Amino acid sequence: MNARAENGAAISARNLTRRFGKLTAVDHVSLDIPRATIYGFLGPNGSGKSTTIRMLCGLLRPSDGECTVLGHPVPRDAEQLRMKIGYMTQRFSLWEDLTVQENLDFMSRIFGLAGDLRTQRIEERLKQYRLDDRRKQRAGTMSGGQKQRLALAAATLHEPELLLLDEPTSAVDPQSRRDFWESLFELVDRGTTILVSTHYMDEAERCHGLAILDRGRVVAEGAPRKLMDAIDAAVIEIEADDVRGARHALDGQDYVKSVAQLGNRLHALLAQERADPEGSIRALLAQHGVQGKVERVHASLEDVFVAATRFNN
Amino acid sequence: MSRIFAIASKEIRQLRRDRLTFGMIVGLPLLQMILFGYAINFDVRGLSAAVVDEARTSMSRALVADMVATGTVKVRDYAASAEDLRRQLRSGEVSIGVYIPADFERRRVVGGQPLAQLLVDGSEPTIENIARGFAAMPLPAREGHYNTGEQVFEVRTEYNPEKRTAVQIVPTLIGVILTMTMTMFTAMAIVRERERGNLELLITTPASSLELMLGKLVPYIFIGLIQATLVLVLGVLLFNVPINGSLFAFYTAALLFIAATLTLGLIASTLAETQIQAFQMSIFVLLPSILLSGFVFPFDGMPPAARWIAQLLPLTHFVELVRGIVLRGAGLAELQVPIYKLLAFTAVTLTIVTLRFHKRLD
Repeated sequence: MNARAENGAAISARNLTRRFGKLTAVDHVSLDIPRATIYGFLGPNGSGKSTTIRMLCGLLRPSDGECTVLGHPVPRDAEQLRMKIGYMTQRFSLWEDLTVQENLDFMSRIFGLAGDLRTQRIEERLKQYRLDDRRKQRAGTMSGGQKQRLALAAATLHEPELLLLDEPTSAVDPQSRRDFWESLFELVDRGTTILVSTHYMDEAERCHGLAILDRGRVVAEGAPRKLMDAIDAAVIEIEADDVRGARHALDGQDYVKSVAQLGNRLHALLAQERADPEGSIRALLAQHGVQGKVERVHASLEDVFVAATRFNN
Repeated sequence: MSRIFAIASKEIRQLRRDRLTFGMIVGLPLLQMILFGYAINFDVRGLSAAVVDEARTSMSRALVADMVATGTVKVRDYAASAEDLRRQLRSGEVSIGVYIPADFERRRVVGGQPLAQLLVDGSEPTIENIARGFAAMPLPAREGHYNTGEQVFEVRTEYNPEKRTAVQIVPTLIGVILTMTMTMFTAMAIVRERERGNLELLITTPASSLELMLGKLVPYIFIGLIQATLVLVLGVLLFNVPINGSLFAFYTAALLFIAATLTLGLIASTLAETQIQAFQMSIFVLLPSILLSGFVFPFDGMPPAARWIAQLLPLTHFVELVRGIVLRGAGLAELQVPIYKLLAFTAVTLTIVTLRFHKRLD
C-alpha cells in the first residue's frame, strides 16, 4: 500500500476477500476511492456489492486482504469510525411504527447529538429532504421515495465524512431517484465521500468513479466516460424490417459476442480484434438476404457492463 | 447512558403502539390469575357421593354427617342397595359411594373388621387420595356414645389452613408470568429488530452492544415489576392471599428472578433467526418450568432426573423464594440457598450471552 493511498483515499482496499463456506462472495477486490467523490459499485445481484460494503463498515470480517477506511484499518478500528460513517442498508431499516420526527430524534440521540444541536440538525434535515410536512407521519405509511429520503436524512444527521449506500434506490420511482442523486451531489460538494451500489446503468453513469463487479471480482474499473471510450468491443447497430432474420444471420458467429433487440433495431457487440466490423456484418446480412442499415455507434455503459461481465467467461 | 435511555424510550413507545403485545403484557397476568385462581382447584371440594345406610343408627348418620362436614363430599342420593351404588358410580353420577352395612354397630363393638366401605371412582387420581383421607378419619364422637376412635395423629395445615389453592398458586403464578414475559417478549423484541433489518443499522452506529442490550432490556424489567405487583395486588384483593413477609424481600426476589430469566431471553434471541423461532424456544423453557418447578406438582413426587432438570430452571428457585417470603413470612437470610442458585444461574447464562453477542453480522 503506498503512502498516497493511505492519506488521500477515503477507502483503499487490497485483495479484500470474503468466503461463506465454499462460496467466495468477494474475491480479491482492490480499490482506491478518492475523497469527495461518488464511487459506484455496479453489478448484478450476488456480485458481492453488499458484502464488500459490509466489510468496509466492519459488519463482516474479511477472510483475507485488508482495507483502510478514512485512514483507519478495518475491522480493527471499526468502532472509532462509527461517528464518521453513515450507512444506508438495502432495505428500509428505520422503524416503521415510529413517526418521521421520532426516527430522526432517536437516531440523533444514538449518534450523541444533544440539546440545541440535535433540534437544529433535525429541522435542517426535515427541510432539506422535504419531510417537514410529514414529521408526524409513521414511517411505515410513506412511499418508497419518501422512506428513502428519510433514510438519507437519518444517515447524514451526524454529518459523516463517508456515506455507504447499499442499493439505495431499488424501491424508488425515477423522479425520486433523480432528486435523490441531486442530494448526493450536494453532499459531495460539501466534501462527503459516497460509495453507492446500484444495478441501474443511469445511476452508475452519474458516478465519478465506477467498479463493475461480477461474481465477487472487479471486472472493470474507472470513470464511466473512460470505460465507455476504452470498451474492448465494437458496437454495431442494425436497423432492419426483418429484425428476426437479421438476428438469425448473426447467430453462431463467434466474433459476435452479444446481441440485444431494441424495437426494430439490433444492438451487437463484436470482438475488438475483428477488422472492419461494419463490413463483416453487412456481408453476413447479404448472405442471409436481409435488408438493413448497419452503423457503428458509441458504446453505452450497458455495453461496457455486458462486455466486462460476459466476454471473458 | 443517554443512548440507553434513547433506546429504552423508543422501545416503550413502540410497545405502546403494538396493541397486541401491550395487551398480552397486561392481559396475560389477568387471564392466568383468573384461570388459576378460580377454575383450577387442586383442593377438591363438593364431590358428589351416594350413601347406602343399611344400619340406620344415629352413629351411622353421624358418620355421614362428619364426612359432609369436611366439605369434600356432597351427598347426592341415598341409594337403596349396594347394587344401586355401583350403578351410579359406573355411570359417573357420583364419584364416591359410602356403604354402611346393617351390622355396623356390631362391627364397631366387636372390632377387627372394617366398619363401612368406601367405593371410589379410581379413574380420577385425586379422588383416591381423598378416599385415603377418609379412611383415616376417626369415628364420630357424640355425647352419649361410646367413642372407640382413638385419634392418633392430629393433622394441622399451617400457612394455608383452609387449604385454598389460590393462596398457593398466586405467589408462584408471578414466577410463571415473569418467565413468559422475560423470555418470550424480550427474545421476540430483539429478534424482531433483526428480522426487520433495524439491527443491521443499529450496529453501524456508535451504540455499543452493551448499550443496545441494556436499552432493550430496561423497559422489560419495569414491565416485569409491574406484572409482579399486578398479580400480587389482585391476589390480595380477589383471593385474600396473605403477604406474611416483607415487600422488600419480595421485590428483591422478583428482581433476582427477572435478571435470571432475562438472560435466558437473550440467549434465545442470539439463537433464533425469526420471531416464530424465538417463540418456540421460549415455550421450550416455559413448559418444563411450569411442570417441574413445583408450581403444579409437588417436587417430592418427582423422579431424581426430573429434580435435576428442575434445578436448572430459575422458576424452581423463585417458587421456593416466593412461597417462603409471601406465605411463610421468611426473610432473605433464611432463603440464601435459592438466592445463590439464582445468582449462579444468571452468572452462567450472562457469560454465554456475552460470548455469543457480537456487533457484527457473521
